[in-house]
Amino acid sequence: MDTLPKQRAIHLIARHAESTLWLARYMERIENTARILDVTNTFARDADDTQNWLSIPRINGDLREFTRKHPQATQRSVGEFYLLDSENPSSVQSCIACARENARTLRALISTEMWLQINVFHGYIKALTPSSITADHFTNVCATLKEGTQEHTGVTEGTFYRDQAWHFYMIGRSLERADQTTRLLDTRFHSLAPQFTASDADLDAGHWNALLRAAAGYHAYRREHPNGYVPMEVAGFLLANTAFPRSVGLNLGQIGWHMTQLRTRYGLRRLSKALERLEDLNAAMTYPNVLQLGADKLSPFLDFVQGQIAGLHGDVVETLGL
Amino acid sequence: MAVGASQSQSQSSLQPHGVMQGYDPGPFFCEMLRQGSDPDPSLTLLLSRLAALPIESLRQRATEAERDLLERGITFTVYSDATAIDRILPFDLIPRVITAQEWAQLETGVIQRVRALNMFLYDIYHERTILKDGIVPEQLVLGNSGYCEAMVGFDVPFNTYVHICGTDIVRDEEGTFRVLEDNARTPSGVAYVVENRHMSMRVFSDLMTGLRVRSVDEYGLRLHNAMADIAPAGVADPQVVVLSPGIFNSAYFEHVFLAREMGIPLVEGRDLTVENGKVWMHTTAGQAPVHTIYRRIGDDFLDPDMFNPDSMLGVRGLIEAWRKGNVAIANAVGTGVADDKAIYAYMPRIIKYYLSEEPILPNVDTRICAEPDALAYTLDHLHELVVKPVAESGGYGLLIGPHASKAQLEEFRTLLKADPSNYISQPTLKLSVSPTLTEDGVRPRHIDLRPFAVTGKDTWVLPGGLTRVALRAGTLVVNSSQGGGSKDTWVLA
Repeated sequence: MDTLPKQRAIHLIARHAESTLWLARYMERIENTARILDVTNTFARDADDTQNWLSIPRINGDLREFTRKHPQATQRSVGEFYLLDSENPSSVQSCIACARENARTLRALISTEMWLQINVFHGYIKALTPSSITADHFTNVCATLKEGTQEHTGVTEGTFYRDQAWHFYMIGRSLERADQTTRLLDTRFHSLAPQFTASDADLDAGHWNALLRAAAGYHAYRREHPNGYVPMEVAGFLLANTAFPRSVGLNLGQIGWHMTQLRTRYGLRRLSKALERLEDLNAAMTYPNVLQLGADKLSPFLDFVQGQIAGLHGDVVETLGL
Repeated sequence: MAVGASQSQSQSSLQPHGVMQGYDPGPFFCEMLRQGSDPDPSLTLLLSRLAALPIESLRQRATEAERDLLERGITFTVYSDATAIDRILPFDLIPRVITAQEWAQLETGVIQRVRALNMFLYDIYHERTILKDGIVPEQLVLGNSGYCEAMVGFDVPFNTYVHICGTDIVRDEEGTFRVLEDNARTPSGVAYVVENRHMSMRVFSDLMTGLRVRSVDEYGLRLHNAMADIAPAGVADPQVVVLSPGIFNSAYFEHVFLAREMGIPLVEGRDLTVENGKVWMHTTAGQAPVHTIYRRIGDDFLDPDMFNPDSMLGVRGLIEAWRKGNVAIANAVGTGVADDKAIYAYMPRIIKYYLSEEPILPNVDTRICAEPDALAYTLDHLHELVVKPVAESGGYGLLIGPHASKAQLEEFRTLLKADPSNYISQPTLKLSVSPTLTEDGVRPRHIDLRPFAVTGKDTWVLPGGLTRVALRAGTLVVNSSQGGGSKDTWVLA
């Protein structure tokens, strides 16, 4: 079923393909940051629950930069660092600026509604100040950020013409989702709470609860696993479950489909290297494999997965010959 | 503005009332009231609709329009040291109307002018008969900064050099349209023509109901056709691209608009390469051929091999590929000589020389001070004239007689006598006005008009144009950098 008439080739400028990847990644990253901030805010024992708040710079690999700027991890300091600080490249402020710049580059390619929504969303984020993210507004701001990115996702689903650029966009989104999910999982198994050993992972149920909620997977997990939390099962769910929208496995599958489309329909033969890497990574992303890793091997595995996701991004960009 | 007895009855319906109360165009020609001419039924209807609106409704709609422009990012970016501010071109929601009869004159006049510009360019880059016949001084052309030696003897398809032309037109106190300037390089503003229409339909659709306003939606299609016309021979389905300096250019919004309307890639210099004398764009699937480039980059930056060697915006080898006939470039290189102030003064003669026709659209009365009679007149009337140097654009060394002190006039008199051929003089303009929403209510503000002509095999003029409005009371400056805004331009069918 070929939906594209083949009378003429519609080319995609290579630089635009890369911008599309990044646009999707930045928008997805904003959603993940908002989710993590929101859940941490909700489940932190109080606004100064340092361990909980510190986990966010940890998962993002921002610990050094964060501590250089802030003596303590609190709702306020972490909130400012991730929502407002334009010097922090992973802040929502920086992400929306980059997303908008990529959208501007792609303005001739994306739908008017996508551009309009990003532009307005950018205006909202740009106007945030320390007083708009204080404790009494924090949840609201996170909710608005989530809504804004979900609106973007919806507008994109409904209006973005599904040719090459869309496939690149979808690859970018899935790469970011997969990456963010590994980072989220990593907080619980590796970085958080050094007083517990990783194998002693029978942690506070609240943490698992929070983790799954941050990934919007709590209820789905409950349906699959009605009895409590088994850490490796949570890991299996977030990594290998192919029905859960934010699982690594599901996203790898989607990346594979989009790459195959690009390869077969648009003749992007050079993607075969990326597809090989993807295949290897996907083979490791099964329930039995994750379960047999055990808690102590999970963290190195997650590092490996993150490395491979970065590698995939690199492979795709390499095919563009920029 | 005497009103004939036979017209008085209908004329009375055009008296300002309602929200228009207190509106007084004074000595200027008003595009809505049309003093001294037969009232057009569409204008009468429009005026009565407008007058019936409460001022609050106008202001509310204006606020909506402004927010809409910002949200849509229909902006140009102003960069200062550390900040980048997105500014909108202020939009005045009261439309400027051009009747069918007026448009017929504007359209034929613009087509005539574009023909003459193209014939002039062909001539000066080939036989130079106009120079040999002494119609235009040779030095004015060959010494002009817009003149390009590399174009000599080079043939362009259909002898079209100026594919996209923006003609700046004003209307004097008699209601006569006059050309103020030709823009034959990379004229901008057409995106606003279309976006302003969309804006009108969003915030003011009730104003247009039942009026037969001509559509401006065809621009992209016509432009693409013209770009395909000029593509190298033998290419069945030519690949056209828009070449932009990139997202930091103040006209980037328009570059996006053009690419979207034509459904073609918006590229930057770094996306293109020249290999084996052909132009290629860098796509996801490798190199793909490019046949026509609508470039929005100035001549100087187009090809570091030919022009500015430091240019990062252009494409190395592009001009060579063009000269081999492997790619078309619009507008052609070297058109700047034709839209220069110095040449402008000669345009009526240029039109007569090539076409044996009188100009359908006259120039603003322009005196060429190199000519003794004109110099004498200019010296005698210095206090009421605008005197412009021809060598450089940008307003340096400009004299505005009515605003100059005695000492300044005397100083300029000396300059003028010393080098008369460097100057032209024009009467101070009494630009027409259009009702415009201001803080004081609906008031007359000066406007101009830039229609856009697209030429491939032949010339088509977009029925509309960019109407710029000087939003500050009394000022004649319509430039966006100096408080100018724009209006939707309605050409009636």
